[in-house]
Amino acid sequence: MVSGRPDGVLARDVWEALGTVKDPELPIAITDLGLVRGVRVTGGTVAVRLVPTWVSCPALGVIQRKIREVLGSLPGVREASVEYVYDEPWTLERMTPRGRERLQAHGLAVPACRFAEPSSCPFCGSEDVVVESLFGPTLCRATYLCRACRNPFERFKPPAEP
Amino acid sequence: MAGVLGTIADPALRRAFREWLLRTADDELVIGHRHSEWTGFGPDIESDVAMSSIAQEEIGHARVFYEQVAADEGGDIDGLAFGRPAEDFRHAVLLERENDGWEFAIVRLVLYESFEALRLRLLEASGQEPVAGLARALLREERYHALFGETWLSRLAQATEEGRRRVQAALDRAWPEALGLFEGTEADDLLLASGLLAQPPTSQQAEWEGAVRAVLAPCGLVPPEEAPKTGGRRGRHTADFERMLDQMTEVWRSDPEARW
Repeated sequence: MVSGRPDGVLARDVWEALGTVKDPELPIAITDLGLVRGVRVTGGTVAVRLVPTWVSCPALGVIQRKIREVLGSLPGVREASVEYVYDEPWTLERMTPRGRERLQAHGLAVPACRFAEPSSCPFCGSEDVVVESLFGPTLCRATYLCRACRNPFERFKPPAEP
Repeated sequence: MAGVLGTIADPALRRAFREWLLRTADDELVIGHRHSEWTGFGPDIESDVAMSSIAQEEIGHARVFYEQVAADEGGDIDGLAFGRPAEDFRHAVLLERENDGWEFAIVRLVLYESFEALRLRLLEASGQEPVAGLARALLREERYHALFGETWLSRLAQATEEGRRRVQAALDRAWPEALGLFEGTEADDLLLASGLLAQPPTSQQAEWEGAVRAVLAPCGLVPPEEAPKTGGRRGRHTADFERMLDQMTEVWRSDPEARW
């Protein structure tokens, strides 16, 4: 033990610190989005593995840098590595109920499980909605129009099921 | 992320798999760049954003495959993307063709996405991590590109007789070079013999033709009977690519050591 902080305690601190890192394109923490695949702490050396929602998401580098920053200022961390892994694709099941609620509150509809399931308007709840475009303002959002309340809205777009 | 090439012991096999990774990366970079030329010029704002997003995704996909090559060689990915002469690129010629109208861009998108899905399945089945996992993730992303392309294809071809005629003309032009997507080299033979690839590109071609014809037929579109035009996989490119490469690499060449 070099750091004087047991690995188990440090791991908890690391998870807590990761919970303060927000996705720059969505108003939720990366832990609520389900980006963190795993954290390993060995004698003060921290290895964080992340899984991207979209492989080409321009926020990936920003998130990596932010994590290095928060871990760099965490007492007991001697060294930290942050890498993206692809052993299993990201799916909507990785998003926490809190993450979903926050996105909904932000006016972004979130499918329960798959993009292909019917959508409802986040403003009035109507299911009389149409896709305007599969490609919205970010790679992970599609744009819709609600025919009931005439509001345009956005819906979270996970990578398609095979 | 550790590179896949370091895990392949046999040097000839490693070179062959490198060839495959480069082909994949070059295809994605080159078509991504062509798609990006629609930014600001799409027929409507939604299509403009869509084509720009598809471009962003394809170039991002190129990036992760270049990273796999660079991880083994110690080079940087900008050097791979922007620092090679035209003859070192391994993409199919279809992808470098200039955007000759929206209908050509859509036809090319449809033909390429169908090919890309089959290739990603081969890479997934190779079991070579992390490339196999990457292929699995990318398959989920490419699906939306295909949906966008197919929706536009039927919209253009089924609107008016002029629309159908113009899409058919674009298909006639694109088809022989689309067959060139399946051009094989010695690398394919080696990978097949070793079992890294489960299927030769030629057998994938039949599957691709079936899938593509199923999209074309309801639109009243018929592929021409023509022989494949190949060469891209061996580094033989056209004047279209010379111009594109010149423009695409201009900023990088102004200061190759710069960090952006």
